Amino acid sequence: MISHIRNFSIIAHIDHGKSTLADRLLERTGAISERDMKEQLLDSMDLERERGITIKAQAVRLSYDAPDGQQYELNIIDTPGHVDFTYEVSRSLDAVEGALLVVDASQGVEAQTLANTYMAIEAGLEIIPVMNKIDLPAAEPERVAKEIAGVLGGSSDEVIAISAKTGEGMDELLEAIVTRLPPPEGLEADPLRALIFDSYFDTYRGVVCYIRIKDGVLSKGDRVRFMATNNVENADEVGILTPAAVPVASLGPGESGYIITGIKEIDRVRVGDTVTRVDHPATTALPGYKEPKPMVYSGLFPTVGDDFERLRDALEKLRLNDSALQYEPETSTALGFGFRCGFLGLLHMEIVRERLEREFDLDLVATAPSVAYRAFTTAGATIEVRSPQDLPAANQLDHIDEPFVKVMIISPSEYVGTIMELAQSKRGEMGELTYLSPERVEIDYELPLGEVVFDFFDALKSRTRGYASLDYEPSEYRTSNLVRVDVLLNNQPVDAFSAIVHKDRAYNYGNTMTRRLRELIPRQLFDVPIQAAIGGRIIARETVKAKRKDVTAKCYGGDISRKRKLLEKQKEGKKRMKMVGSVEVPQEAFVSALQIDQDG
Amino acid sequence: MGDADLVQIVERAADDLGAYLHVPFCEAVCPYCDFAVVAGRDDEVSRYLKAVTAEINGSDAVGLVDAVFVGGGTPSRVSGLAGLVGALEERHGLAPDAEVTLEANPEDWTDGKAEELRTAGFTRVSFGAQSYDPMVLEYLGRRHSPNQIDAAVDSVRRTGFESVSIDLIFGSPVESDASWERTLGRALEASPDHVSTYALTVERGTELSRLVIGGAPAPDPDVQAGRYEIAQAILQDAGYRRYEVSNYARPGHECRYNLIAWAQGEYLAFGMGAHGHLDGVRFRNVRKLDAYLDAVERGVSPRAGQESIMTGDPGLGNALDEERVVLGLRRSSGVVLDDVATAFMASSAGIRLVEAGVITAREGRLVILKPLLTDEVCSSFLASRS
Ligand SMILES: Nc1nc2c(ncn2[C@@H]2O[C@H](COP(=O)(O)OP(=O)(O)OP(=O)(O)O)[C@@H](O)[C@H]2O)c(=O)[nH]1
Ligand code: SF4
Ligand SMILES: [Mg+2]
Repeated sequence: MISHIRNFSIIAHIDHGKSTLADRLLERTGAISERDMKEQLLDSMDLERERGITIKAQAVRLSYDAPDGQQYELNIIDTPGHVDFTYEVSRSLDAVEGALLVVDASQGVEAQTLANTYMAIEAGLEIIPVMNKIDLPAAEPERVAKEIAGVLGGSSDEVIAISAKTGEGMDELLEAIVTRLPPPEGLEADPLRALIFDSYFDTYRGVVCYIRIKDGVLSKGDRVRFMATNNVENADEVGILTPAAVPVASLGPGESGYIITGIKEIDRVRVGDTVTRVDHPATTALPGYKEPKPMVYSGLFPTVGDDFERLRDALEKLRLNDSALQYEPETSTALGFGFRCGFLGLLHMEIVRERLEREFDLDLVATAPSVAYRAFTTAGATIEVRSPQDLPAANQLDHIDEPFVKVMIISPSEYVGTIMELAQSKRGEMGELTYLSPERVEIDYELPLGEVVFDFFDALKSRTRGYASLDYEPSEYRTSNLVRVDVLLNNQPVDAFSAIVHKDRAYNYGNTMTRRLRELIPRQLFDVPIQAAIGGRIIARETVKAKRKDVTAKCYGGDISRKRKLLEKQKEGKKRMKMVGSVEVPQEAFVSALQIDQDG
Repeated sequence: MGDADLVQIVERAADDLGAYLHVPFCEAVCPYCDFAVVAGRDDEVSRYLKAVTAEINGSDAVGLVDAVFVGGGTPSRVSGLAGLVGALEERHGLAPDAEVTLEANPEDWTDGKAEELRTAGFTRVSFGAQSYDPMVLEYLGRRHSPNQIDAAVDSVRRTGFESVSIDLIFGSPVESDASWERTLGRALEASPDHVSTYALTVERGTELSRLVIGGAPAPDPDVQAGRYEIAQAILQDAGYRRYEVSNYARPGHECRYNLIAWAQGEYLAFGMGAHGHLDGVRFRNVRKLDAYLDAVERGVSPRAGQESIMTGDPGLGNALDEERVVLGLRRSSGVVLDDVATAFMASSAGIRLVEAGVITAREGRLVILKPLLTDEVCSSFLASRS
């Protein structure tokens, strides 16, 4: 019965306890036996469990017996909190009518609390504010409740205080879910319109789509049409997630679940598309999703050249499950064939790479991440520069614009001075300063995206002892003093090491790269100069001296087997070398030199 | 260099049969040593010699032995070696011109011992001299003085051995270029027939390696390269010909036994930790004294393992060919320029090595011009094969 359905997302700043709250809901509704229960059960990916964060939004259906004797169907979506995965949150919001806005009682409102709240309001959702972790000694329930009320414009009495750890407050929360969230709307008699809000590729079953039925009914065996791709398929299986996949005969309006049609051609399915029935078709599709614009780009290359096709296939499949990922083929003289990929941030980039390596058994090298610049040529053309290679030669270049973002920083007010100093050093332009409460302040800035994604966030965290949080959204492009620094190995530029940096940081980048490479490149048969250059001007130089001695002193009858093993090992090392011009560069050197966690 | 007689000598060794006899007893274990040795077990010497004799007696005859090497350990410390050589001769037979080498430490040497061993059939003595610099000797944990080296070499000469060799170790952190030059000078004054010069190597599991891991200075490879070149110049000037990476000899005094190994020839092996090569199989005995004694005394084989070079991983090409080239390239006269060597020279790695002046083709042979880069060449060769 549609009146007994409640669909909602759990949203919050990172680590405020969304997944733990989902655990309690699973437990209270008996979806998971005590024996199978584990912490953050919905974080099912290895990477999520290792890192202790949610990466993928995860939907699950629960059946709740309310104290009034009625049974409710709850479709909940646990979402990630990290800013890089905002797209996961925003997509989930189109599949629900309500949101639990969770705030850590020991932290208070933070940047993604606000950002997610704005998204939920924009999606027209009913929001239930939930204050979590009240069991913590450091909890400040009164202050935090006031902050939340301030953000939502309500009273602090509406805030439900819980501990997702101890289970305190869960009855009240469940009651609020049933009474305060509206049931979905939609008629069984209408033509089917189901929104695909997520998907993944199953080796045996093909593409599995997660859907939310807006109107109509979808039954097993129906002929269905994917409206954007105009692809007609058979609904081989329809089901719900409990969280295990359980087949059902049909899904009605307001319900969420999955559909399997046996499609193996990945390009026939698109997240955000509408599924309708062939025998009773809808005329207009649901609005769907806006493709997110990547914030950073990086080249991904297989360490083994033959793996290029496997990488393409892996990217296609991964994209089904990560629709924020974008990619296009790219060629590098140093690294061969690969893809220039667009990500929503550095964490997203790291996760994509790890998922590709783990789930598809690939070994990858990633080039230095870069934001997208705009280059203006003297001939009057505008070029989008996603890789340093796209930058026109200096003599054809008129100027370069770089993307700026609108940054919202939330912090205890004592750090305002520190934050202003930091933002200024990163070329920030201050906007409004608002007190959320006497102790908590929101400061807005315009900052270059490149500064924000690469080190501003870490610097902010360390200078505010972890208390400040940040959210950002694209703003405008502005002309900046940017240069391309090339790295030359034995006088030949190595494209994988080029970077576009602000002029003030060019020297530092050049120095760091040449020094790092000197350590990483083994001695060769001749001296190898390593230089950093802007155009024709050398700004840093190191030399790897020629190798003088590589010989085992003794090799007699007793040593032959051992000697052979040593040489075999040395041979394996040689085979992992990539020839860059006449220089042998170990694969690991690319990986290590391009590691961004080091200074520079 | 590249002399025709040398090519003949090294190639002929491929058809020789060698025999290695290991005598593991040492006074104390030197900090850099990773050989199969024991110290403080001298009470087991006679039991050990009996066991080796038994092992020899139980071995299958494969032909006359052309070169014997009694190594260690410090064989010169024990008496009764005559019995070992006798047993070998009885079981396998020695070629009339057989080379029979003894490894010796200068501090053990006496004229009496010289007489006894010459009579027992030894033709060649190789002394672990290591250095003439007392500081270096101390660093290496050696117990002899420079004068004892001279006295021992003299004694060998007087007794009428056919060849005497001196082993030297260079490139320890306490040595200087000048000290190394003085050592070479004094070694030449002793006028040996053969000189081996080894760069000090920190082997895993040795006392030296523990010290280095603990922060003690390690040998510097660039410094060692310089010393290697010093030795090359001085020894060649004095009429010694380099015939392998670390070995120099007056023409005709090359060590036949070692040439067999570099020519991928066959050799028998007896004693704890001894390695042999027969019928395409490389085998080794257990490396522990008690295990060795126990096995032989119980009448079971003391073999610890073996591997066939015929049946290498087929995906990796012919292991036999690869091993032959890798070993042969250690010799200054290199290897025959056959299909395998020619293919390597034509590979991209081969071309780069030729361009860098590291290898060349000369008189139908592939030779290494920069012996200090031998392993670079060999690993490139192996990489070019797979
Ligand atoms: N003391 C206490 N700890 C809690 C409570 N709820 C969650 N935690 C802890 O807070 C940490 C983060 O919890 P998660 O549930 O993973 O947080 P999340 O919001 O899902 O995090 P992301 O998905 O990464 O954004 C974990 O260590 C939880 O054990 C609570 O009520 N009390
Ligand atoms: S004397 Fe020779 S064999 Fe014995 S420990 Fe010293 S180096 Fe090793
Ligand atoms: Mg989570």
